Order: sequence, then structure tokens, then C-alpha cells
Amino acid sequence: MKRYSVFAIAKEALNYHLGWEKAWASPAPKKEYDAIIVGAGGHGLATAYYLGKNHGITNVAIIEKGWLGGGNTGRNTTIIRSNYLQDSSAAIYEKARSLYETMSQDLNYNVMFSPRGLLMLAQTHHEIRGYQRTAHANALQGVATEWISPAKVKELVPIINIDGPRYPVLGALYQARGGTARHDAVAWGYARACSAMGMDIIQQCEVKGVKTENGVVKGVETSKGFIGTKKLGIVVAGHSGQLADMAGFRLPVEAVALQAMVSEPIKPCMDVVVMANTVHGYMSQSDKGEMVIGGGTDGFNNFTQRGSFHHIEETLRALIETFPMISRLKMLRQWGGIVDMTGDRSPLISKTPVGNCFINCGWGTGGFKAIPGSGWAMAELMAKGEPGALAEAFNMWRFKEGQFIDESVAAGVAH
Amino acid sequence: MLILECPYCGVKAEETELSPGYEAHLKRFGPGSSDTEFEDYMFARKNPKGVHFERWRHVYGCGKWFLAARCTATLEVFGTYPAQSAEPPADLQAKIKAKRPDWKGYK
Amino acid sequence: MSTRLSRGGRLIDRSASQEFSFNGKKLRGLKGDTLAAALLANDQMLVGRSFKYHRPRGIVAAGPEEPNALVGMGRGARFEPNQRVTTTELFNGLEAQSQNHWPSLEFDVGVINNSLARFLPGGFYYKTFMYPRAAWKHLFEPIIRASAGLGKAPKDRDADRYEQAYAFCDVLVIGGGIAGLQAALVAGASGARVIVLEQTAHWGGRAPVDGDVIEGAPADAWVKSAVEALGKMENVTLRVRTMGAGVYDHGYVLAEEKIADHTPGDGRPKHRLWRIRAGRIVTATGAIERPLSFAGNDIPGVMLAASVRDYVVNFAVSPGDRTVVVTNNDDAYRTAIALKEAGLEVPAIIDARVSVTGDLPARARAMGIRIEAGRAIAKVKGGKRVTGVAICIQAGEGSVLEEIACDAVAMSGGWSPVVHLWSHCGGKLVWDTTHAHFRPDATKPPTNQDGQAMVIAVGNANGAMSAADALADAAKGGAAAAEATSFKAEVKAASATQVTEAPMEAVWIMPQGAGSALKAKMWLDYQNDVKVSDVQLAAREGYESVEHTKRYTTLGMATDQGKLSNINGLAILAQSLNEDIPQVGTTTFRPPYTPVTLGALAGESRGEIFQPLRKTPMHAWHEAQNAYMEPVGLWRRPYTFPRAGETHEQSVHREVNNTRTNLGLLDASTLGKIIVKGPDAGKFLDMLYTGVMSNLPVGKCRYGLMCNEQGFLSDDGVVARIDEETWLCHTTSGGADRIHAWMEDWLQCEWWDWKVYTANITEQLAQVAVVGPNARKLLEKLGGMDVSKETLPFMQWADGTLGGFPVRVYRISFSGELSYEIAVPASLGAAFWEALHKAGAEFGTMPYGTEALHIMRAEKGFIMIGDETDGTVIPQDLNLGWAISKKKADFLGKRGQERNYLASPDRWKLAGFETLDGSVVPDGSYIVAAGHNANGQGNTQGRVTSTYYSPTLKRGIAMGLIHGGLNRIGDVVEFNTVSGGTVKAKVVDPVFYDKDGAKQNV
Repeated sequence: MKRYSVFAIAKEALNYHLGWEKAWASPAPKKEYDAIIVGAGGHGLATAYYLGKNHGITNVAIIEKGWLGGGNTGRNTTIIRSNYLQDSSAAIYEKARSLYETMSQDLNYNVMFSPRGLLMLAQTHHEIRGYQRTAHANALQGVATEWISPAKVKELVPIINIDGPRYPVLGALYQARGGTARHDAVAWGYARACSAMGMDIIQQCEVKGVKTENGVVKGVETSKGFIGTKKLGIVVAGHSGQLADMAGFRLPVEAVALQAMVSEPIKPCMDVVVMANTVHGYMSQSDKGEMVIGGGTDGFNNFTQRGSFHHIEETLRALIETFPMISRLKMLRQWGGIVDMTGDRSPLISKTPVGNCFINCGWGTGGFKAIPGSGWAMAELMAKGEPGALAEAFNMWRFKEGQFIDESVAAGVAH
Repeated sequence: MLILECPYCGVKAEETELSPGYEAHLKRFGPGSSDTEFEDYMFARKNPKGVHFERWRHVYGCGKWFLAARCTATLEVFGTYPAQSAEPPADLQAKIKAKRPDWKGYK
Repeated sequence: MSTRLSRGGRLIDRSASQEFSFNGKKLRGLKGDTLAAALLANDQMLVGRSFKYHRPRGIVAAGPEEPNALVGMGRGARFEPNQRVTTTELFNGLEAQSQNHWPSLEFDVGVINNSLARFLPGGFYYKTFMYPRAAWKHLFEPIIRASAGLGKAPKDRDADRYEQAYAFCDVLVIGGGIAGLQAALVAGASGARVIVLEQTAHWGGRAPVDGDVIEGAPADAWVKSAVEALGKMENVTLRVRTMGAGVYDHGYVLAEEKIADHTPGDGRPKHRLWRIRAGRIVTATGAIERPLSFAGNDIPGVMLAASVRDYVVNFAVSPGDRTVVVTNNDDAYRTAIALKEAGLEVPAIIDARVSVTGDLPARARAMGIRIEAGRAIAKVKGGKRVTGVAICIQAGEGSVLEEIACDAVAMSGGWSPVVHLWSHCGGKLVWDTTHAHFRPDATKPPTNQDGQAMVIAVGNANGAMSAADALADAAKGGAAAAEATSFKAEVKAASATQVTEAPMEAVWIMPQGAGSALKAKMWLDYQNDVKVSDVQLAAREGYESVEHTKRYTTLGMATDQGKLSNINGLAILAQSLNEDIPQVGTTTFRPPYTPVTLGALAGESRGEIFQPLRKTPMHAWHEAQNAYMEPVGLWRRPYTFPRAGETHEQSVHREVNNTRTNLGLLDASTLGKIIVKGPDAGKFLDMLYTGVMSNLPVGKCRYGLMCNEQGFLSDDGVVARIDEETWLCHTTSGGADRIHAWMEDWLQCEWWDWKVYTANITEQLAQVAVVGPNARKLLEKLGGMDVSKETLPFMQWADGTLGGFPVRVYRISFSGELSYEIAVPASLGAAFWEALHKAGAEFGTMPYGTEALHIMRAEKGFIMIGDETDGTVIPQDLNLGWAISKKKADFLGKRGQERNYLASPDRWKLAGFETLDGSVVPDGSYIVAAGHNANGQGNTQGRVTSTYYSPTLKRGIAMGLIHGGLNRIGDVVEFNTVSGGTVKAKVVDPVFYDKDGAKQNV
């Protein structure tokens, strides 16, 4: 792998950039692998990367129905934070956030992690108590957050209106090292690093069946033929149900549409990420200058990647109340993603009823921020066959026990 | 932006008049049921990419709950029927089968 | 130079001069001009700078596809960035500023990026700016952000307002060109309800400019008669300045009408957002001309050929005195002819095709225009303005044969149908090799709720490229749409004179064999500065899918959303990958077609009414008293009633003290009140509540808990038995609607044979809590019913009158004081409230708010839904086992509570806490435990749920959940603080005040 640097660019420039090599190879599948990951999104690629990097397992294929990074990894609002309430959530999201800190250097690919700070606004007294609870939990969890006053909110976000007639800003939970990253680059950076370790990324290859013998996984039937494997990781977000069905088990997961939109680009006017959960909207400004806006999910099962338009209207009403100056900006593009929601809205990183078959799904509306932590924990689970501390709570049997990891508790919705 | 016809009041209701209620025809398991039965009742969902039977309430209309058969991949609506139905009406099942020969049935 | 011609101009009114300014310079235009036309008439070709390299950018197009000419418009509360000058109608006083440059448009230091362009290829930022680590956030990112971004951010609250409206029709026609009008005529004649939308202020689209002849007359005449005919049909609605923005599922279309953009400040809404439900959608959205990729194709003065023609014919504006036309098709000859007819020079037509036949080239030749077949532009000369072109052989590598001086270049690379609206809901496309474009695949249309085709594309938008074909196609499409919505339609098309055009020839790079140096100067995406070489680099590096290339290079991601660049970029990618264009595929089209103002999407829901506001009958009184209000759902409730000079804390404490010693009045109207009635009502309530309600005697009240099926506590309240078949269920303020819906869910969907009726009567009643030692004295003074301890003991209710008001009085208490909750009809609420205050003055009456309510209930150890509960707490956790029936076989939540984790003795349970130093435990604090868990997080053994300064006890009190619960009484534990310290507190009984109930049972 040729190293990326400003010197490499200068050198290639002299030759009209004709000398760059492929960021990742496009090989034909081998007969068998030590591990197959289904799904070359952020979570799948990160799983493969840490299988190689942390556990020395590099005879790995990552199989992708479409194009790598083409699912939710490439269609989210790129927010990174770890100010979660429950211990197990805070642990994995903070692991992820800390890995984002060094990801560009680790992968030698600039993922533009921008720890610009993230605010969750409290706009009711109930929300104040909820976020103060999170701040106290975070203090014990080693997650650096603080509760800040409305005046401090205004200082960090000059364009905000803190005196709205309906929901004045009463304070905020602030995570100074939360922020954003360039979503596509995360997938591309992991893909390049996996390819460099000798792993096979096989795109345009659809899994049609999962072969098991005596309850143990043996391989997958794909549109490019049968591929054998010793271990199988299913990391396909919204399509987890279909894959689980092929493997012969059921998941407590439903797929719904989540929408987002961007405005036309403008010069920098907001340096932090702001989430307003009472009114259901969140906004940040991309490096290109677009205001990146997200809102709520539809309440019905949907695989179309199109959501219902009234959610966009609701989100914008809330955000114009919060940021009156955006009213004359224009919506450039809106889109939907299919998110997989579990019964408690927390993910699964789990063994399954099928031997050597592992599942990672259910990230719902908050998957992007978790990518490196999720990959780290999933790789550990696949390599050792048993979950490590990060993954343990996210097993799929918790629903039977009633041991939920419920984040909605903190008065907020997860994004 | 869905339109579903409320089988009670006959209104072709637009989505903003409705409130969704996820999978229909779930059997309630109460005291005396096994852990697995209760877990399935609470959490196991078919979540098909295809024909889905689901609950809706005409909340800003007549207030009635009703059930709908809808394709989650195309959003085609095959029909709606009263919530007081133990299973989808036979004619609706036949209609779906005719349109989707691969459909494996509502169970 | 570009200038105004002395004659012509079908859309302008020469008698109406309009003054406007550009970058502070005062200029004049004419009524009917677009801002683009007016700028060109003033020789203002340079209008902005590009995103990345800050290259000079001029006007390229004449419509919504314009990538370059974006300006800031207006000022202050009417400032708007990124306005497209080609779609902006000129008005008197218009102020525009160019964007993305510093210090000025003519001299921009950012252009340094242009000199460095070679070092900044597509995706360069992924490969660098990584070291040192902190530099990205603190150094590189700020620089990149500042140099990107285009327009300035508005600063003020929008001075304009926006409207939203619904419309319904059988057939919605989007596009008011000849195809749209033809489709509307056919559909309208069938009797179907038809709406026709046109994004500009004018009907007819391109046909009048292109010189089409319809029914033997110039297109203008036919358009006029068609619009008149449609105007006479009562079933047809015509709307100009209305852009069909997006097609959504089940025939839902979003459209934006620009009402007052050209008359700002006249009091009308700026825009109106239409949400249209259509049986069928006919997209007659036309086609967009493609640029050609030759070196220097972005220099100001290089424009789309048809747009050049638009300026000449519509506005009598010539983009240049000497215009070279470069093309791969016959249509561009129309531009040469129009220029020549306007008396302008066309030094040459450079046609990439070796063989040039067809009617239009023949006419051009006859006019004496030089035609160079098989030739290409090797390079455009000039910096901020075209000065000439160098000509070469298309089949070659770019050796210059000749240079031609000119000040404008009109280019045409062919036409792409506008398929956006077809594609929004999943309509598929097919590659048409004849025209080298994607057009709708009629066999794979977007489908509606019935699984039927929902969109019908017609005319140019459907690949029917000549006027005659477009009219025939549109008549067919209009009829099909009407028939599909159950009308009988007759396919009757107007006839147009067919002009014979020779086939176009796909030309993706000019010249064909151009080398790296030339390809690095061929722009695909003008706004985002994406070049042919960038797309080739992406392909070389393995970004093979269209989506990868688009994201890696930012091709098509600019504010024009790739209207000009998508197909050209795709073709270059396909060539680089050695694949056919259809194999490489196309990117997904997302709404909106052109950007929609956010304010329009929010509509009138702004400020006070941005959400519905619920008011109790006493709301106005509270506001008049300057109560500090807090949102509770959509209600607003007084948090406290501060007096002059008081802090909120002081006033809350005063309210608590006064209520405990004298008399407090609380507006409890928001409390949920649901009637449950019927022969099976008792059985139903026994399922709903954890306790038994069926055996509650008439006239009595009982506290009840409701759980969800998981077993978690969801609501609580006092239930009153009204008569044999009727119960009144009080719920929390926030829970009324939710609980009522919950009841209906079970009654309709599970126990539908039970005879029960429910009604949410929350808003029918006003309710006042009369609380404190003097409560009975006040009621006795009002008189009318016996409220003595004997007649109306604790936990009973009675109907009667008080002070002449019909009332229902409940002896219940949430404060621990002698307390009556009194319901009156909502219409009497305000009067009753005032009567209580007036009569109560002698007893020391004061109103109190929600915070005093919370403190008093905490002093008394009462739980509050939302404080002690959070969706993970079961009644047993709160020592409320007494309210759970052991005898009942079933109730909602019972099975859930039997699961391992919920039945575990290790669950945290409710206790009270008193800090050792009397301070208040911080809100949200956790009780620390020794050691750390496997993830290195500090262990915990509990948390605070309610914590207050008790004005009654004059110390901090708290309730919380702790491992071991009441068994821990006497233990000293530590609550954490966010700063890392702890607060020591003793575990105590959670009832801090009047444990025996002596004060409330009087």
C-alpha cells in the first residue's frame, strides 16, 4: 500500500496523478476463508479491520451486495458522540469515539474527524434533569461531558435563539470532544486498510443462503457461488432479518425509514453539533458549508429508503424556531435510510443460535458514531467466540430476561 | 406519504391522520406463558421485505384501529380491514396471492 | 461584450426600466428580464467564483440548471444566499452581491488554489492533512471551511412569511411547455380534475424560442390559445411560478410557488408550499442541454447553445458579439441562426461530426455561416472572459489548426430528459443510444398504493425530442393519465411541422485523444470544480461505482445537483472503466428538483404557534400574574408565581410555606380525566391497573398504577367510582392522551367483545386543588355543600355546589395537607378560580405552581411519574407492591414482571436520603460503589430520582433508588458530583413529612 501524504500528492502531481494505485483490490472470491463478514458498510469493514489488526486473522472476505459503504454509512448525518446514559452504551460509544480520534493516522486516510463539540439542548425542566443524570453517569463512565448554561450555549452557538416563545433553551449537555467525521471516508479508509492486509472485499455479490451443518455455519451461497468459511459475521443493518432467516433464526428487529437533508452550502456559521430532542431536530454544518439536518423516524416498516415527508416539515419547524436565520436557506437534497431498530433500541453484538455465526445489527438511528467500537467488539467476539466486556451486554438473549439497555430513559432519542 | 382507507369511516386517510401500530395479528401471552412465548409476543417480528400485516389507528379521524396489508418494499396497499379480525379476510389473502405468487401467507 | 439588442425580446417590456444593483453598482434592466438577462445586458458576464479553485465563473445557462451564477440577494432580514440569477425575475430595487471571493469578484486571493490545482486533485483531502493529529481541527479544517461554503450565512430572523396549502386532482401536469399544455388539454377535455404547474412565469417552454411551428402558426400563438382554452375549463387549474419539487409515495407531490420573490415586502407570503395528492402525475419537465468537455469550457463566455438563444430571443440580450458555436448535434444550429438573424456574428460552427446534413445546417450554410465538420475545440482562450478558441480535429489529440477570435462560445453536447420527478419514487431509466441520454423506462414506472404506474413522462422528458413527437407523446400521456383515473379521454394532438434533424453523435471528450494536460482543464462540474481528470483518477483508484465517484470527486453534489454534469461525468467514468454507460448506471435522484426554501417547508408554524398550544381555562389569569410558565407536553403550566423582586427559588419556597401554613391553590386542569363506562368497565380496569378497581365502592377514590406489557410503570392516578357502571380515571398531565389511546388500543384490538366505552374529558373540566390547613374554611365560606370530615372523608368524592358553582369535589391529596380537588365545567373554570382567590384572601390564599407541587409531594414521599420512573422502573422498585393485586390472574404488565431480571432481588429500590451537611444532592447524581467494571467505568449502587431543598424541613431531601432499598436505612452513602467529588448522605425513610398522615386526614 502506497502511503498517502502531502509529499505523495506532490510527487504524483508531476505525472498528472496517473500513478495512484487502487485504494482496494476487487478480487474474485476464494473457495474458503477463516472468516466471512457479510456487509461492507462501516461496521462490517471495521470488524474485518480489527480481526486483522487486533487478532491477526487476515484470511477474511467481506461480501457486499452493492458497493462498499453504500448503505447507512453513506447516508447519515455523521454525528459522533458518546454521551450515553447506560454503562454498556457509554462504554462502546466512547471506545468508538476514542478510536475516531486517531483513525486518520491509524488508517493513513483522512476521515476528517472533527471534535468540534456537541450540544444536546434541554428545553424542558424534565430534560434538564435527564441530562444532568447523563452528566453524572458520564462522570463515572470516563466520558467527558458537562452541563452548561443557556449563556454558554449562546456563546458556543451564536446563531441559536435561546429565548423562543415555546421552548426556551434552559441549558445543554455538552461533549467538547464530540463532533463529526466524513462518513464515506470511514468506509473507504477501512476498506483500503483491509485490502492492504490481504483481505478480499467482494462487491456486487449477494448472499442467497447460509449453509449450516449440525447447527454450525459452513459457508454462504452467493451470486458468485458458494464460499466456505469457518466463521460468519452478519453485519447488514436493515437486512439483518433476511440474513437471519437464511441462517434459521429470528431477530427482535424492525426496519423503518429515517430521513435527513442538507441545505445549500453557506460560509461557516455554526462550529458545533446541536441536537434538540424535545422538538426532534438536530443540525451541524459540514466542511462544505451545508447545514446537515436530521429528524425523527417513521413509525412503520419500510425498506424503500424513502420516508414520509411530513417528518421533514416537523423537523424544520423545530429548527427554524431554534435557529431563525436558517429560514431563508434552501433544502438542497433530502433522503432516507433504512434503520434497524431492536426492542430496546440498543444494538446486538451477539452469538446466535447457529454455531460460529455472529450478528451485529440494531444500531437504529445511531450507527455511524459506533463504527470503530462496534467493529472492535465484533472482531473480539468473532475471534474468541465469546463476547468481551464491550459486547457482553448487547447479547440477543437480553430480551427474554427483560434486561434492556434503554437509552430513551435519558429524556432523549438516540441519533 | 401513505394513503390508507379506513374500513370504518371509508375515508381515504392520509398518513398524517393516522398513527401506526406495527405488526398485526400478534397473540398476547400473559401469566402462565413460557419465557419464549412471552419474548416472541413482545419482540419477535416478521419484518418482511414484502407483504406485511400491520396496525393503524385513524387517530385524527374516527379514532378506530384497523389493519392493513402493505408491501414494505413498494408500499403497495393490498387492503384494509377491521381490527376485530382474527386473521386477514380470505378475499384479501387471495388478492395478495394473485399479485404476489411467491407470498408464503400471513403466518 | 454582452449587450442589449435594439430589437426583439419576446418577454421584455422596453417601456418599463428597472433599477437594480450588483456588488453596489447601479444598473438598469427591463421588466420581464431575469436577473441573468439584465446582468448580461450590462456586460456583467463574470458573476462568481467556483467552490474549490475560486476560478472566475460566468453565466452558463438560462434556467434552473445554472451551476455558476448564484448571488446573495437582499439585505438584513431579507438577505438570501445562493439565489440563482437565471431563475430570478428582475424587480425594481433588487440588490445582488456575488459570492465566494475575497476581497472582490475581480480580484480574489482564493484563486491561488487554481494555481495549485494540480496538487489538489479530486479527493486530495483524504490523502493529506493528517499530521499532526490536532492540526485537522485547528488548522486545516477551518481553512477548508472558510474557503468553501459559497454564500454568506443570513444573520436575522426571516422577515417574510410562508403559506402551505393542500390540493387534490386526478391528473397533475408538471411543466407548462407545449407537452405539458397538450397533456393538460387532453386530460382536461376528459373532465378529470387537472392541475398544471409551470416553474417560470411564462407558458410555452422552449418551443417559441426554438421557432417551432404548431398548427401552421408560430408556437407562441398555439401556446396562447392552449392556455386560454385551459383557462376556460372549470376542472383545470393553472399555476405559474410553481416548481414541482418532489414526487413522494402514493401520488403525493410537493410544489413550491414563488409568490412574492419578485415583489418583496408587498405583504403577500413569499412562497406557498403545495402538497398535492394526484391520481396520476404527468411529468412534462423537458430536457436539459449538456455542456461539452473541452479545455477551458468553464471560462466566462462559454455558455450552453440553447441558453444563448434564450437570451437573444426572449430578452434581446446577446451574450457576445462574436459567438463560436460548438456542437455534436443539429439543435445548436438554431442558435447560430438566431444569432445571425439578430445581426450578430457567428465566426464558425465547430461540429464534431464528420458528416453534417439535415435541414438546420443547410439553413445555416445558406446564411453564410462557416461550418467546420469533424472539428473540435482544443482550448478556449481567455481568463475572466473568452477571447478566442483554438480549433483542432475531433479525432485527434488537440494539435491546433487555427485560432478564432470570439467573445462567446455556444456549446451543445446533446440533451438529457429531466427525469428527476420520474425517479424520485423509484422509476427506472433506459439508455437511449440515438440521443445518448437516459429516458424513463415506461415498463418500470414508479408505482402507487394500488401497484399501478403513478407517473407518466411525456415530451422531451420522455425522450420525444422534436415538437411534433413531443405533442403526440403528450396527448397520449395526458389521455392515459385521465383514463387511469376513470375518465374517457380522446388522444388528439396538435400537429407541428417536422424539422429533419441528422442524428447527434455522442462526444464525451473534445478532442477524442486529449492528453492529461487538456483533461485537467475540462470541467464537468463547474460549481464544485470537478474535471474530467478527477473522474478518471477516481476510477483509477477503484472508486468504481457511480456513487463512489460522485462522493470522492463531489461531482454533481453542488447546488445544481449535477443537472449539467451527471451524464457527462457518468460517460467519462464508463469510458475509464471500459464499460457501457448503462452498465455503470446512474446515481439516485433525490428531491427536491431545485432547492426549496426552508421557511416554506415550515410554513406558518412559527413562533408561539409552531406547535399547537393547549391552554387551561385559567391560562390568561396565570399570564396576567406574570407566572413563569413551563411546557408540559403541549400545555404550559405555571412553574411558579414570582412576586416583584423574588427569584424563582424564593417564590417557590414562599408558595410551599404558605400552602403548608395557610392555603394554596393549584390549577390542576391539565390532569388527565378519562371516563370508563359500561357493563365490563370494572373488568377492563382490573386488567389496566395493577390493583383492583372493580370492587371500588361508588363514591370512593382509589390510587392506581398502570404498567405497560413489559411490566414497567407508565402512569398513576386516582380512580373514582362514579356509579355502578362508571369510573373516572385520573392520569398524569402528560399521560392523558397516551393513556386514553392505550385504553382504546386494548378495547378495539384485543378485548373487542367487552362492553366498555371511554371518553377523554380532560378539556371538559377545569380542576383546582385547594390545599392547606385553611382549605375547608374557604369551601365552607363559599358554601353550598357539606365538606366536613364526616360527610366527605379522605379518599371520597361528592357532587354539589360551592359558591353557586356546580362542582365535583374529591378529597385527595398530593401534598400531605388537607386538600380538595374540585372540578367544574371548563367554561366556569376561570370564574371559579377567581372566586376562590377572592373568598380565600382572608385565609391567606396564594396560587402555587408545579415546582411547589413537586417539592410538597417529595416531602411527603409520593412518587412522580417521570421522576421516580423512567420506563425501566417497576412498581415493586418503588415499594408500591401494596398497589399490586396478588389475587388477580392477569393484568397488563404482570407477565413482564415475572421475568428474571424484573423479579430479581438485586434491583435498586426506593429510599429517602438526607445529606450529612444538609445540602441538596445534585440532580441526576449516582450513588457510587467500590471499584470499576470490566469496561473501566466506576461502579454504582443507586441514583437520585428527586432532590430538593425542603422549605418545610429547611434542608436538602432526596428520593432515590438504591441496591437494598429500605434495608439500607441508616447507611451513609456517597452521591457523585460531575466535578469528581461526592456528597455523603444517610439512607432514610422516603416520607419526610407527616408520616402518620395527621395533616391530610383532618
